[in-house]
Amino acid sequence: MSVLWPKSVLYSVLVAVAGLASVTAVAADAPFKVGFVYVSPVGDAGWTSQHDAARKEMEKALDGKVVTKYVENVPEGADAERVIRELAQSGYQLIFTTSFGYMNPTIKVAKQFPKTYFEHATGYKTNTNVGIYNARFYEGRYLAGIVAGRMTKTNIAGYVAAFPIPEVVMGINAFTRGMRSVNPNAVTKVVWVNSWYDPGREREAADTLISQGADVLTNHTDSTAVVQDAEAKKVYAIAYHSDMSKYGPHAQLTAVTHQWGAYYTKEVRDAIDGKWKPGSVWGGIREGLIKMGPFNPVVPKDAQDLVNRTAADIAAGKFHPFTGPIRDNEAHERLAAGKVISDDALLKMDYYVEGVQGKLPAAK
Amino acid sequence: MIDHAIALVTLTLAAGTMLVFAALGELVTEKAGVLNLGVEGMMLVGAVAGFIVADETGHAWLGVLAGTAAGSALSLIFAVLTLSLLANQVATGLALSLFGIGLSAFAGLGHVGHVVDPIAPLAPPVLSGLPVIGALLFDHSPFVYLSLALFGLVQWFLFHTRAGLILLAIGESPQSAHAIGHRVIAVRYSAVAFGGACAGLSGAYMALAYAPMWTEGMTAGRGWIALALVVFANWKPWRVLAGAYLFGAVTLVQFQAQAMGIAVPSQFLAMLPYAATIVVLALVSRDAIAIRLSAPASLGRPFHADA
Repeated sequence: MSVLWPKSVLYSVLVAVAGLASVTAVAADAPFKVGFVYVSPVGDAGWTSQHDAARKEMEKALDGKVVTKYVENVPEGADAERVIRELAQSGYQLIFTTSFGYMNPTIKVAKQFPKTYFEHATGYKTNTNVGIYNARFYEGRYLAGIVAGRMTKTNIAGYVAAFPIPEVVMGINAFTRGMRSVNPNAVTKVVWVNSWYDPGREREAADTLISQGADVLTNHTDSTAVVQDAEAKKVYAIAYHSDMSKYGPHAQLTAVTHQWGAYYTKEVRDAIDGKWKPGSVWGGIREGLIKMGPFNPVVPKDAQDLVNRTAADIAAGKFHPFTGPIRDNEAHERLAAGKVISDDALLKMDYYVEGVQGKLPAAK
Repeated sequence: MIDHAIALVTLTLAAGTMLVFAALGELVTEKAGVLNLGVEGMMLVGAVAGFIVADETGHAWLGVLAGTAAGSALSLIFAVLTLSLLANQVATGLALSLFGIGLSAFAGLGHVGHVVDPIAPLAPPVLSGLPVIGALLFDHSPFVYLSLALFGLVQWFLFHTRAGLILLAIGESPQSAHAIGHRVIAVRYSAVAFGGACAGLSGAYMALAYAPMWTEGMTAGRGWIALALVVFANWKPWRVLAGAYLFGAVTLVQFQAQAMGIAVPSQFLAMLPYAATIVVLALVSRDAIAIRLSAPASLGRPFHADA
C-alpha cells in the first residue's frame, strides 16, 4: 500500500484547499458537514462502494441540510490520521471512518477535536465524541448458507477468504451452519488468500475450489473475481458486500449486502438536531444493515421462502444462527444445546464449526 | 487424481503466463543495459488501456493490441528521460511505476464495474476433446501459447541473431559497441519499448482473460515479482519461464492443499511461492562467476556518446 502515498498526499492537499475555501462560507444555517474516510477506491462493488452508496442515500434523504465529502484510498495508519485531522480542521462536524485500521487514528484525532463527532466502523474503542458501529454480517451468511445447501449437487461449497480473523471465521461458520441446517451432508472448503484485494489470487483460489468439486462459491474478499469466475466456470456463487448479479447473471444465487444508508441518515439527523450521542451499534437484519440481494430464479420458491422466514425470525429475535449445540470440526462441544452464543464469544471466534474442512490457520 | 493434476497444470500455466510476458520483456530491456523498474505501472496501464478499448469497441483482441501499445508508449517516457536526458534509471523507473498506477486508476474511472466478454481458451473442437492430452495441451488460453511463442522468439533473437548479439554487446559495454559503430541509444530505445510492450501485454492478459475486469491496482504487485524473477533467473529466458511457472505452481499447490484441508498455516503457505522461487532460482544460479557473466555489465548505468 505504501506505493499509494503520492495519491493520498494529493488528496490531502485537496482536502486542505477545500478547508481553506470553506472557512469563509460558514454561516449560522450553513449545511451540516459530514466527512467520510474510505480505505479503498469507491469502485462499483464491495465494502467501500456500499459505504459510498449509503453516503449518497443519506445526502438525498437530508437534501439541502448536509454537504458531504469523502476521501478514498486512505491507507490505514499515519496517513489516515492526517486525513481525518484535515477533515476535522476544515470544519467537518461528523466524520465516519470506515475501516478497522482507522481505530487508533480516529481516537487520537477525536481527542484533539472534542467538538467534532466521529463514528468508527468495525472497531471497539470509543470516546465521548466517538461512536462505533458494525453489522452482524454473519446473519446474512447463515441465510446464504441455506441457499447454498439447497443448490449444491456435489455437497461441497467453496469459500475464498482473506485473513483468519474472527470477523471472517464467524462468516464461514455461520454459512456452514446455514448450509447444514438444510443439507447435513454438505461441507465447506476454505482457501485463504491472505489479501483483502487481489483479483488474480481470488480467481486462482476459486478455480482451485471448483477443481476440487465445489459447485457453490462465496467469498470474504473485496473484488468481484469470485462471482465472475463462477459465471465463467458455470457454477453458482453467493456475492458478498454488494449485489454482483451483473458480473454473474447466471452464477449469482443471491448476495449478502451491507446497507448503511438508513443508519447514516439517522446519525446525521441526530447530529443536526443536537441529539447525537456516541453509540455502540452492532446491528443486523433487524436494523436493516444486512439485506439479502435478489434471488436468482433458479433458487426454488420454497428455499426462498425458508430464507425469508428465517430472516424474519432473526429480525424478531426468535432465532440466532449460533444456537447450541455447536461443535467445532474436531468434535469438541463449544456451546451446549439450547444456548445462544454471547457477542463476546462471537467476537473471539477462533475455531471452525462442524462441516468446515481443514484446520483454522490461526488456531493454536 | 488425474483430474486434479490436469487442473493444476492448466491453472499453473494460466497463472505463470502473466509473469512470463512481463519478465521476458524486462529481461530484454535489462540485457540491453537498462534497468526499468516501472513494470508494475506499465502492466496497469496496459491493463486499463486494453480494458477500455475492449469495452468501447467490443473487440477484446483490439484491446490486447491497445494494451500492448500503451505499455510501450509509457515505457518510451522512461526511455526519453533516462536514455536521452540521462536521468537516474532507478529513480525514473520507480517514478514510472507510481505514475502508471495513478494514471491507470484515473483513466479507468469510467470503466470500473463494466463487464467485457473475456478471451476464452482456444479449445479446438476435436483436439481438446481427447482424453488427458486434450485438456493438457489444447485447452489453454491463447495467451499461454502466445507467451511460449514469445519465449522462443526472445531466446532465438538474443542468442541466434546478429541484432540480438549487438543488443547483448551493448548491455555489456556500450562504450565498445559505440566505438565500433553500433547505435547504442537506438537499440536501448527499442529494448525499452519492447519491455514496455510485453508488460502492457501482460496487463491486457490480466484484464481481458485472467481476471476479466478493471479495478485500480488489479495487478497487485505482480510487476515487482516479474522484476525479481529476472534477477533470480540470472537473465536467462528459460529460467524466467521455469521460475514463472514454479511461482504459479507453488501458489496453486498451496491453494489445493488448503482446499483439501491439509493443516499447514495459510500464512506459511502464502509465503511459499516467493520462498520456493527464490530458493530454487538461487540454487540453480549459485555460481558467482556465472552470475557475473550473465548479468549485463552496464545494467543501470547511463551512457553518453561523449563519455
